[in-house]
Amino acid sequence: MKAFINKTEFKQMLHNGMTIMIGGFLSNGAPERLIDLILDTDTQDLTVICNDGGFETSGSGKLIVAGRVKHLIASHIGTNPMVGTLMQEGKMKVTLVPQGTLVEQIRASGAGLGGVLTPTGLNTMVETGKQIIEIKGNRYLLEEPLHADLALIGGAIADHYGNLRYIKSMRNFNPIMATAANIVVADPREIVDTIDPEQVITPFPLIDYILEVDTDGR
Amino acid sequence: MEDKFTIAKRIALELKNGDLVNLGIGIPTLVADYIDPEKRITLQCENGIIGVGPVSETVSDLVNAGGFSSTIHPGGSFIDSAVSFGLIRGGHVDVTVLGALEVDEEGSLASWIVPGKRVPGMGGAMDLVTGSKKVIIAMSHTNKGLPKILHKCRLPLTGYRKVSLIVTEMAVIEVNKAGLHLVEVHPDYTIEDVIKATEATLIIDRVEAMKGVEL
Repeated sequence: MKAFINKTEFKQMLHNGMTIMIGGFLSNGAPERLIDLILDTDTQDLTVICNDGGFETSGSGKLIVAGRVKHLIASHIGTNPMVGTLMQEGKMKVTLVPQGTLVEQIRASGAGLGGVLTPTGLNTMVETGKQIIEIKGNRYLLEEPLHADLALIGGAIADHYGNLRYIKSMRNFNPIMATAANIVVADPREIVDTIDPEQVITPFPLIDYILEVDTDGR
Repeated sequence: MEDKFTIAKRIALELKNGDLVNLGIGIPTLVADYIDPEKRITLQCENGIIGVGPVSETVSDLVNAGGFSSTIHPGGSFIDSAVSFGLIRGGHVDVTVLGALEVDEEGSLASWIVPGKRVPGMGGAMDLVTGSKKVIIAMSHTNKGLPKILHKCRLPLTGYRKVSLIVTEMAVIEVNKAGLHLVEVHPDYTIEDVIKATEATLIIDRVEAMKGVEL
């Protein structure tokens, strides 16, 4: 972990055309404060990698509704009607990926793998344009790693070292995304002194920056 | 309205003691209400919960795969999405129950896209039908009279030859290598009614009354 940062320091990390991973599942565990800070800037033409399109008022959905996203890579977009609208109007590209494949593509990138072989999506539209590899008589799709410039991690409690543990079901994509970006920023709900080593889910070497938590919890 | 409860109740009878089960959104979610309390059934949510309990009235940080505030049973756990889908793809989930727009004679299903109209995305459905030991489809028999059980799916597939059992308000249909086997019919309907509401060819030799239906 490099440093605890304030809101201004985070905004300085942003630039147009970035690829950003956003943790959370239907906004549960989404880094809402960091998303709001992106909206405070003029940053646009983003490629967003997120499980879903969130809702119009939460998660990745807020960036989509504000027209900041040019390409969304997600598994599910049914909860945010604006995603379908922007896609049909040709204003945003959407790549739909099976959820288990999406998380493995992210994991592969963070774990230094050249890709993953999965049976999911065989004989469906998902296999279009992909290499099929046979191992011990079984067919698999080769899915390539997904990497980002920036990963935004939510749903966490941090300690002063930069270790994270997660709150309930808010874990979801967060610990995987924390491995797969050039810069990883956590948006914790609370910062405690130390987390019991047995309870740490994301160890501090994976985290670059942590957004400070104000006394009012924001 | 009554129909979806009939479907949920019938599917609950398929679950065996010790099963790890994933229930999809809609009718599949209702299955939880009919599970025999004598059976030890564990529900898994693909967003990372093992042992998820009923939805809760109060807003919480614990959210099920449908996005609703929920609860967790003693012995349960929270896992990340990679572990969750490892369980799913790796064959550790015994039964998955999900809805579909179309199912066909080969046991293929379509559920994630109506091109040009509605594109919700596949979410976890493709992984669930690929890895679960048993795939049960819970759906209305027709779409306002139009058959949903077809010779061959017309919509883009969610999974190719993955379905084990189809349960509708009219019938229970087993999928095996020979095709679709009509095994149970709801007492409100005749075998002829079911054939009429189905485009696919049904194999009919031993048909019983639908289990779990009170006469």
